[in-house]
Amino acid sequence: MTNAPLTEIWVYLAASPLLWLTATLVCYLAALKVYRLGGESPLLNPVAIAVALLIGLLKLTGTAYQTYFDGAQFVHFLLGPATVALAIPLYRQRERLRSLALPILIALLVGVVAAALSAVGIGVLCGADPVTLISLAPKSTTTPVAMGISEKLGGLPSLTAVLVVSTGIVGAVFGPGLLRLLKCHDDAVKGFAMGLSAHGIGTARAFQMSPVMGAFSGLAMALSAFATALILPPLLRWVGLTG
Amino acid sequence: MLEALTLILICQLAGEVTVRAAGLPVPGPVLGMLLLLAWLWLKGGISEPVGRTADTLLGNLSLLFVPAGVGVMVHWARVQEQWVAIAAALVFGTLITAAVTALTMMGVQWLLARRRGTKP
Repeated sequence: MTNAPLTEIWVYLAASPLLWLTATLVCYLAALKVYRLGGESPLLNPVAIAVALLIGLLKLTGTAYQTYFDGAQFVHFLLGPATVALAIPLYRQRERLRSLALPILIALLVGVVAAALSAVGIGVLCGADPVTLISLAPKSTTTPVAMGISEKLGGLPSLTAVLVVSTGIVGAVFGPGLLRLLKCHDDAVKGFAMGLSAHGIGTARAFQMSPVMGAFSGLAMALSAFATALILPPLLRWVGLTG
Repeated sequence: MLEALTLILICQLAGEVTVRAAGLPVPGPVLGMLLLLAWLWLKGGISEPVGRTADTLLGNLSLLFVPAGVGVMVHWARVQEQWVAIAAALVFGTLITAAVTALTMMGVQWLLARRRGTKP
């Protein structure tokens, strides 16, 4: 019996989505393990660790991102159904939602404008170029919306995707501590602020803390997706970033 | 499980089709979420399998962001060149956003409670 040479096996694996789909799941599970072993410290964010592990693997094997994504797209696709599924925790919170309608609406509008202006303002002060600024502007909203806005306004959609994920990690890591400092004790308010500033990754973190926080975070993420899509294009035109 | 997943996919599909047909500026899945919410409202409740499927999907939400996050390797040069501006905008922009949102929501609740003459 002859063994297939290693290169032949590699040629097969490199052409099939199986390898990088599996690698994505294995790296994420390993990252979760690290997170749990580290006492669930927010600094050991599982998304950040999994991304670092995968980039290391891709560099080691000389694999292009496009090849990786051909496999990982099956995981990426589930972002859509997961967004739709946010309707369920929202429905479970319908009573509180009704009683908080006005505070939610005002916080939504103020928050969405603050998200875009703070990102662009700080970027300008630190010397980012216009393409980077446009890619940064929608960073607090969920990936598919942010990528769509970035592309429409002349940013780099794939850079925006990375900035959106990084924003989510920052929000998940520092958000809960900041809200504690602000003496915010209402889970509905905490959740809403997490979801508005850090979209799905903030929502994932909020669900770990309490179901009410998760539901309001999901609500903020969904509402801000709408509001950002409507407000951001005229806002960026107003600050003179786009024509 | 299968019925629940089908219901979710139908809502997403209806969302995507409506967004494209009507030229709406929002992404399909976001409209799909509103459609599912309307459906639950009409039906007056969540069936057990739908609830379980949603909880499974949302319980592993972080995983779904990993493929997009790995994309940072494509933009390494730009990120390296402007890393100060990008890092500052990410960290301070996100914290400012969370603080402004929370303070606005607490402030409006406080004003409403005061107008009703009750303690917040």
